[in-house]
Amino acid sequence: MSAAEVGAAVAQAHRQEWAFVLAATARVTRDLDAAEECVQDAYVAALDTWTRQGVPRNPGAWLTTAARHRALDLLRRDRTLRSKLPLLVVPRASPDGPVPGASAGGGRGPVTDGADVIGDDRLRLIFTCCHPALAREAQVALTLRLVCGLSTAEIAQAFVVWEPTMAARVTRAKKKIMAARIAYRVPGAAELPDRLDAVLTVVHLLYTTGHTAPGGPGLVRPDLVDRALSLAHMVRELMPDEREAAGLLALLLITDARRAARTGPDGSLLLLEQQDRSLWDRAAIERGSALVVESLRGGRPGRFALQAAIAAVHGEAPSYTATDWPQLLVLYDRLLRAWPSPVVSLNRAVVVSMVSGPVAALEEIGSLEQDGRLDGYRYLPATKADLLRRLGRDAEALNAYRAALDRTQNAAEREFLARRMAEVSGREETELPGRTG
Amino acid sequence: MAQYAILIYEAESGYAEGGQEVSQQTMEAHGRFAAQVGERGGKILGGEALEPTSTATTIRGDVVTDGPFTETKEALGGFYLIEARDLDHAIEIARLCPARFGGVEVRPVMDTSGG
Repeated sequence: MSAAEVGAAVAQAHRQEWAFVLAATARVTRDLDAAEECVQDAYVAALDTWTRQGVPRNPGAWLTTAARHRALDLLRRDRTLRSKLPLLVVPRASPDGPVPGASAGGGRGPVTDGADVIGDDRLRLIFTCCHPALAREAQVALTLRLVCGLSTAEIAQAFVVWEPTMAARVTRAKKKIMAARIAYRVPGAAELPDRLDAVLTVVHLLYTTGHTAPGGPGLVRPDLVDRALSLAHMVRELMPDEREAAGLLALLLITDARRAARTGPDGSLLLLEQQDRSLWDRAAIERGSALVVESLRGGRPGRFALQAAIAAVHGEAPSYTATDWPQLLVLYDRLLRAWPSPVVSLNRAVVVSMVSGPVAALEEIGSLEQDGRLDGYRYLPATKADLLRRLGRDAEALNAYRAALDRTQNAAEREFLARRMAEVSGREETELPGRTG
Repeated sequence: MAQYAILIYEAESGYAEGGQEVSQQTMEAHGRFAAQVGERGGKILGGEALEPTSTATTIRGDVVTDGPFTETKEALGGFYLIEARDLDHAIEIARLCPARFGGVEVRPVMDTSGG
C-alpha cells in the first residue's frame, strides 16, 4: 500500500474516529492528557502498521485497541498516572440510570464493557468538555481539542488568538476538570435539557465562527464549518430522541447548503437577496427540512428547531421577494418567546421590514439601540444602514455603514460594506431630490 | 466522595438593614439547608457564619490594618465544608445554600493526603 494512500486513510480516521478512540481511552487512563498521548501514539503506529499490513476493515476499532494497549502499558509502568487527580470516571451503572434519548452503541445489543459502548463514551466526552462550570471559550477549545482532535495551534488560529494563550486556556480547563472533579459522564435526566443546550451552543458557535471567520482573508473557514457539521451529526446520532439535536443539525445543514452562493466569483460577499439560488445544495436543504419537521413535532419547540424552521422557509423560497415573510414573522415571534435574545429581535426587524416596510423596522432598531446589549455588534448598524438605504436616506445610511465597518474584521464583509458606502455616497451626490425608497 | 467549600458572599447591608426579622429567617433557612444536604446524599463536615467585615483585621507582611483583605460590595460572610460525589453533586447542594443578598462560590478542597 502506498504511503499516500495510508496517509489519506490515517487522516480520514483522524477526522472521523478521534472522539471515538479518545473517549474509550480516557476510560482506561482516567487522565485526559495521558489519553491524548496514547491516542496520538496509536495514530503514529497506524501509519507504520497500515503501510505494512494494509488499512484494517474497521480503523476506529484498530486505533482504539492500539491506544488502550498503550494506555495499559503506561499504567503498568507508571503507577503515578493514577495517583493525584484522576478523571472521575463514573461506573456505567450510575445512580442516575440510563439517559433518555441516548442510544447505547447505536442499537448494537446489550451494553457490555468494551468497544460496544463507545457511543456512550463519546457523549461523556462531549458533555465533559461542555460542562457549564467551564467558561464558554474553554468549552469550545476543549471540544475542538478533545472531541475533534485539533492541535492547539489550529484552534488558536481559528479563533485568532495567540497560541500560548490558547494552550493556557486548554491546560487550565483540563486542570479544573480534574481538581474540581467534573464527572466524566452523561448528565441525568433532570439536568439534561440545560446541559444539552450547552453542548449544542458550543457546536453552533463553532459553526458560526467558521461560517463568517472572525478575521483573515476568506469569508468562510471550511475546516471549522466541517467540524461543526460532523459534531452536529454525531450528537444527533448519539441522541436520536432529542429534538433540539435534530434542530441544530437541520439548522447547520440548511445554512451550509447556501455556502457556494454566499460569495461571488471574486470572493465578494453576496447577501441572501443577491444569491444565485440555483447554487444552493437542494439535497442538503431537503435533508434539513425533513429534520425540521421532526424537531417541531410534539411539545413546544426549542430555539434550534425554530431557527432551523426559519432557515427552511428561506431555503424553500423560489426568490427573495417570493419568500413567505408573514410565516417568518410568526416563527420569529415564537423564537423570541423561546429565546429572548436581542440578536433574534434584530433578525426579526429585517422580516418586519419585508412585511410592514423599512420605517416600521427602523423603530425596532431604535429600541434595540436604546437597549444597549448589541453595542459593538456589527450587524446592528449594518442592518440599520440597509434599511436607511432602502428609504433613500443616504446620508444617514452612510453613517451607519461607517459604524458597521468600524466593528468588522472579516475582509469579505469589510469589502461589502465599503462597496455599499461608495454606492450611497455616490447616490447622495448625484441623485435628484424627491427620490423615494 | 470529595470535599468542597461553599463560600457565601453577600452584601452585608442586607442584614444590617433587615434587622431581627431577616436574621431569624436566615437562621431558619440554614437549618433547612442542613437537613436538605443529608437528603441529597451529601454531608456537612463543618461551617460557620462570620462577623461582618467591619470587625476584620488584615495583615500583609508586617503591616496590620483595619478592614477586610479587599473591599468588595459582596463580602465573605460564612462558609460550609461539605462532602459530595463530584462537582455536579456539589453544585446541586450549593444551589440550596441560602444567600439572599448575594451568591455562593464552590471550591474543591485540595487533597493533600496522597503525598
